[in-house]
Amino acid sequence: MIITVKLFASFRSGRFDIKSCEYPPGTTVADVADSLKLPQGELGIMMINSRHVKLERVLVEGDTLALFPLLGGG
Amino acid sequence: MSGAADFIMEHSAGGLLSWQHQLEASERFGLSLAEVEGVILDKGLLPGRYQRNRQTISQADQRELFRSRVTVIGCGGLGCYVVEELARLGVGQIVVVDPDTFEEHNLNRQLYSTPEKLGEVKVLAALQRVAEVNPAVTVIPYQKAFSAENGKGLLAGSRVAVDALDNIGVRMELAEICNMMGLPLVHGAIAGWFGHVTTLFPGDDTLQNIYGPQKASKGVEASLGNPSFTPALVAALQVAEVCKLLLGQGKTLKNRTLMIDLLNMEFQELEL
Repeated sequence: MIITVKLFASFRSGRFDIKSCEYPPGTTVADVADSLKLPQGELGIMMINSRHVKLERVLVEGDTLALFPLLGGG
Repeated sequence: MSGAADFIMEHSAGGLLSWQHQLEASERFGLSLAEVEGVILDKGLLPGRYQRNRQTISQADQRELFRSRVTVIGCGGLGCYVVEELARLGVGQIVVVDPDTFEEHNLNRQLYSTPEKLGEVKVLAALQRVAEVNPAVTVIPYQKAFSAENGKGLLAGSRVAVDALDNIGVRMELAEICNMMGLPLVHGAIAGWFGHVTTLFPGDDTLQNIYGPQKASKGVEASLGNPSFTPALVAALQVAEVCKLLLGQGKTLKNRTLMIDLLNMEFQELEL
């Protein structure tokens, strides 16, 4: 299935801003993060089709997944 | 006070009282500068320093700001700028909470850090700075770490809390205590070129959606660091939110998170 993956902030570095990616059915948000070598401890906001989701959420054909890094500085 | 009030009315011009007359009233009538400012505002006048606020903030609103207390948790990159802008805005009482002293790696961004102040207590530097910038504003410094145990006491009497912390776990505790106390919370966080801002009202779970269940205390700032401009920008956005909350104006970032990417100059609003 085809998923549109959007990366933000420091996640773009050495990767991409937006890309259509092929994943097998049953792929979760965590699987996509792993495939892109995004450390789970650095994952902040995760959204599918502009709705907030959790790591274990299963993606379906045509979804747009947006991943933001965790920002905690002050 | 009535002598002071008469003096103030007599020396005002165009609805304003000059700083020189504010000082004179303080000395002549044995009142603090804050007390004189209270009389000026109660008389429907404006201290001269706020004349350029006037088209944005009415006289009545300026009085409202002066009568307000805001607690700023954290006096680092975000917190110093937040305190500075609240003081210049004319918020009457600012509680500042931070356990730390200035270190060399603060000098690239923390407004109140200077080579001379290395080793000095951050909240005391804030006190000293506000006394120079706007002596009618009262800063209440607490050199301690915010925690679930002391949080309620530190926030008591405040109308708004500002999250200028650098630890995700403590941010979550702050959000929980604000929720319990019915206090609005203006959240800001930064890392490198990036940041986000949102405003939480009691019952909102925006911070849980941003930070999730993970237990890390730091985000990507641990590797990216923080330059000078990101905290200045995010702090300014936070103060604009505080101003609107205190005055009941405009539309806040409730259930909206503003994501800021200064590397690509992208500003994005997420519904969370």
